Amino acid sequence: MNAVLIALLALPLLGAALTLAPATAFGPDRATQEKRALRFGALVTGLVLVLTVALAAGFDRAHASRMQAVTDTAWIPAIGVRFHLGVDGISLPLVVLTALLTLLCAVYSTRRLPDGPGVPSARVFVGLLLLLEVGMLATFVVLDLLLFFLAFEIVLIPMYFLIARWGSGAKVASANRFILYTLLGSAVMLLGFLLVGLKAGTFDMTALAAAHGHGLSHTTQVLAALAIGLGLAVKAPAWPLHSWLPDAHTSAPTVGSVLLAGVLLKMGTYGLVRVLLPVVPDGTATLAPYLGALAAVGVVYGSLACLALARQGSKGDLKRLIAYSSVGHMGFVLLGIASLTPVGVNGALFANVAHGLITGLLFFLVGALKDRYGTADLDTLAGATGAALYGRAPRIGALLAFAAVASLGLPGLAGFWGEVLAMFGAFDPAAGLSRPAFVTYMVLAGLGTLLTAAYLLIVVRRVCMGDPKQPAVVEGIADLRPYEAVSWTPLAALTLVAGLWPALLLGLSDPAVKHLLGGG
Amino acid sequence: MISSVSAPVSAAAGHQLLGQPAVHPTLLAVSNPGGLIQSVDWVAIAPPLIAALTALAVLLADLFLPERHKKLLGRLTAAGLALALLALLPLTGGHPRATFCAQNVTGATDNAGCSYVADHFALVFQLLALGGALIAALLSLHTVDEEKLPSGEFWFLLLSSATGAALLPASRDLATLVVALEVVSLPSFALVGLRRDGRGGEAALKFFLSSVTATAVMLLGVSFVYAATGSLHLSAIAEGLGQAPGQLKPLAEAGAALTLVGFAFKVAAVPFHFWVPDTYTGAPLPVAGYLSVVGKAAGFAGLALVTSIAFRPYGHTWGLLLAVLAAVTMTAGNVAALRQRSDTAQGAVRLLAWSSVAQAGYLLVPLAAAGYAGSAHPLGATVAYALIYGLVNLGAFGVAALVGRTAPDNRLDDYQGLFARRRWAALALAFFLLCLAGLPPGVVGLFGKVVVFRAAVDAGLGWLAVVMAVNVVIALFYYLQWTAKLFVAPTTEATSGESRVPVSLAATLSLTAVGAVVLSVAPQLVLQVVSGSLF
Repeated sequence: MNAVLIALLALPLLGAALTLAPATAFGPDRATQEKRALRFGALVTGLVLVLTVALAAGFDRAHASRMQAVTDTAWIPAIGVRFHLGVDGISLPLVVLTALLTLLCAVYSTRRLPDGPGVPSARVFVGLLLLLEVGMLATFVVLDLLLFFLAFEIVLIPMYFLIARWGSGAKVASANRFILYTLLGSAVMLLGFLLVGLKAGTFDMTALAAAHGHGLSHTTQVLAALAIGLGLAVKAPAWPLHSWLPDAHTSAPTVGSVLLAGVLLKMGTYGLVRVLLPVVPDGTATLAPYLGALAAVGVVYGSLACLALARQGSKGDLKRLIAYSSVGHMGFVLLGIASLTPVGVNGALFANVAHGLITGLLFFLVGALKDRYGTADLDTLAGATGAALYGRAPRIGALLAFAAVASLGLPGLAGFWGEVLAMFGAFDPAAGLSRPAFVTYMVLAGLGTLLTAAYLLIVVRRVCMGDPKQPAVVEGIADLRPYEAVSWTPLAALTLVAGLWPALLLGLSDPAVKHLLGGG
Repeated sequence: MISSVSAPVSAAAGHQLLGQPAVHPTLLAVSNPGGLIQSVDWVAIAPPLIAALTALAVLLADLFLPERHKKLLGRLTAAGLALALLALLPLTGGHPRATFCAQNVTGATDNAGCSYVADHFALVFQLLALGGALIAALLSLHTVDEEKLPSGEFWFLLLSSATGAALLPASRDLATLVVALEVVSLPSFALVGLRRDGRGGEAALKFFLSSVTATAVMLLGVSFVYAATGSLHLSAIAEGLGQAPGQLKPLAEAGAALTLVGFAFKVAAVPFHFWVPDTYTGAPLPVAGYLSVVGKAAGFAGLALVTSIAFRPYGHTWGLLLAVLAAVTMTAGNVAALRQRSDTAQGAVRLLAWSSVAQAGYLLVPLAAAGYAGSAHPLGATVAYALIYGLVNLGAFGVAALVGRTAPDNRLDDYQGLFARRRWAALALAFFLLCLAGLPPGVVGLFGKVVVFRAAVDAGLGWLAVVMAVNVVIALFYYLQWTAKLFVAPTTEATSGESRVPVSLAATLSLTAVGAVVLSVAPQLVLQVVSGSLF
């Protein structure tokens, strides 16, 4: 039993339960209730972050491949489900990232929660946010296949309501599409889990990883890998299963987008590394070339879609554009995983975290622009020459440019290492995989980086540059506000740190990845 | 109960007693007089017996109680059902108790010749039947008053039906099974029709006709099976089917098929499901809840007994049949539920009715798996799922009854913004619906689905598991739409002035909600039936 991980899950769960208390418990009148509820949310998520920092501080970096802070007790003996928690070098960064992003979202929401007719009270929002945090954290710390499935499902209901209630545009349709798509994927994933669990006789991830596919026939492995991979690919999302993502992002409120891109997508790729690679290695090896192909197509497709959206006169929505750019970036992650090499998988995990930081920041920025201008439509924002943020709101403009160049993979910033390593992995894939195929994927991904650079620079030019004297949609917009600075600075700083000191993350993930791939 | 005792008559026994003229000579013709007198294990049959006795007590009390004290009848019913539930406790330990046995060998562990066996399977289904009836009774306490239903008749019918439902899972021969099933059904027709308006009458008639047809078909099947195997005892039938002579094979197979068709009617499997929505909307709401849980549980218990004991030799045939039936039932139920419009009258009840058809499809999956696996082990999944479904479905009907008090039309639109008006009722309904959908925070519903999936995957029924996965997604859509409606912020603030909730209704709702939450935290409580042996 280890109290830290249990507290990590129990704290937000308790917080979510407390928000069900009658409204009067939060204050005498509605305004006070709202304010206190939001502060309460920030407090709880802050405590969770403190816990994760303590967890990271106590983490034994010398043995990053070993599960630490382990709790392992029986929960439902009837079907062999154990309450098994633990973190290793792969999950630790994601746990910290999740806690950080949730806190930043909670802090941001204390000042900037969408309000209006038909929008429920802030207490409900805080409750959902905390429940979402439970699910996200649980996904990264559980070590039982059925618990993993449970955690995977916990996030659906809160995210559904965040999009459907606090979103904009065709929000209900987007939310429905999000939840139905993901549920279909995870139901199929469950079938794969059950197949593995019943054939291997255990649902325990560490035991299954240690067996490394022993005792599972090739057919079973391929079937299970297909089912599990399908479910995770929907979540990741891999092309062509991504079509729920742009709508969800476009409709979601800012914090919903940040968490969706920053954490929820990672649950899919984390599952690929944690479950697919070690548990059904033969099946994964059979399917890896196809996954790699989908990844390469995803990279090119995502960036082409973004280019089309960034063009003048195409009525491109900035949030939608960043959503498509996520498809491209997650393509790199999938490519790294598909290479089945330590280099590629390390790159994938690095890109995972980097994408969470950078895209989280981008969504915050675009959300702020949407708040200020009332629209995220690129053509409306840019006008004839450009939105001229450098002139009108220099700090926001600079941050946007920073996030954009980080996203396109400028060396020295976080976006660079993951994509380079993923491509390295594809250049020299694991034994048994077709090298020409993977080199082709690598070339396609390389083309993707060029396209990515192209559209991001177009976006920077159209949003940040321009003539400040031309008439704008809204005149005299505010520059960076204090609460925005508070919630964005950590992301920008970490982007820089991860870019300059990649060993911080790679040192953690490398031993664990080698362990999972069966090499160490 | 059938007690086909055929003790051999011995003439020698009579001679020994010739010197005692006080004893009537015909009695002395039996060598072993004790063999004729069945020693009834009263403890084993206590649960259905208590329910039956309470039914009689209610009927008698109704004659003597003055009108203003009629409320006591409902309390008497609830107390009787609670007592019957308590009577299950002494039966849980040790090996299964059996009574009404043909070869009355005391202490024998083999209960093959017994007509009533209180094993785990029977006990769990009795728990479901009596517990479901108790919750339905508690929900009905105020309905009987408010809708001016004849209270003596109502409680008597409910208890009689519950008696049948408690008897059925323990019965081990076809005659007892059919009688028990009819004891469940016959009072139900009257219960549905008790609300004496046009809708109630139509509902009762539809229910009656389809159910009687099912019984007729089933009886025909039972007689064929009896003709082919020479026995009504389930385990004897299994042996008889294996050894049936060639020319009787078609008869036996036809009999088995017809018996299954009869049960398919009772569990409202497609294509025998058309009575469900009309019957549920016409009946008083607690009765609809009762039918959807207890009535269905009785049908499933019978189906499980007949298939996995009596027709075991035909496992692959009925396994396939049930698998197809399951796939079609869940799909048809879900698609129909999906098409419910939010503004039609009784839309909420119709949605619950169709969803219960779909849930019947999920419940059929482990039965089909049992056919493929050739053992009764997968049945545990059906039992566990039925328990979970029973609890949350009755809870959902309870909230529907609550809303129906202020909005008699019970449209789905009447649930709009329920959270703002009745916070806890809305939260409870949301939880029940998510349990039915199988999505967290309804954890217990999720694990209910997991064990069903597990049974299917384990038996190699991958295609059925995939069909069910798709169905779970379809079902989520309508459950979620309904859930989302509850939390729509009200456009006007003037929502006060709601009538007070009757205490019994509030208590029942909290009971079911707390039960569902507790099971979500500790699913082992209900899922333990999956791992243990049932028979």
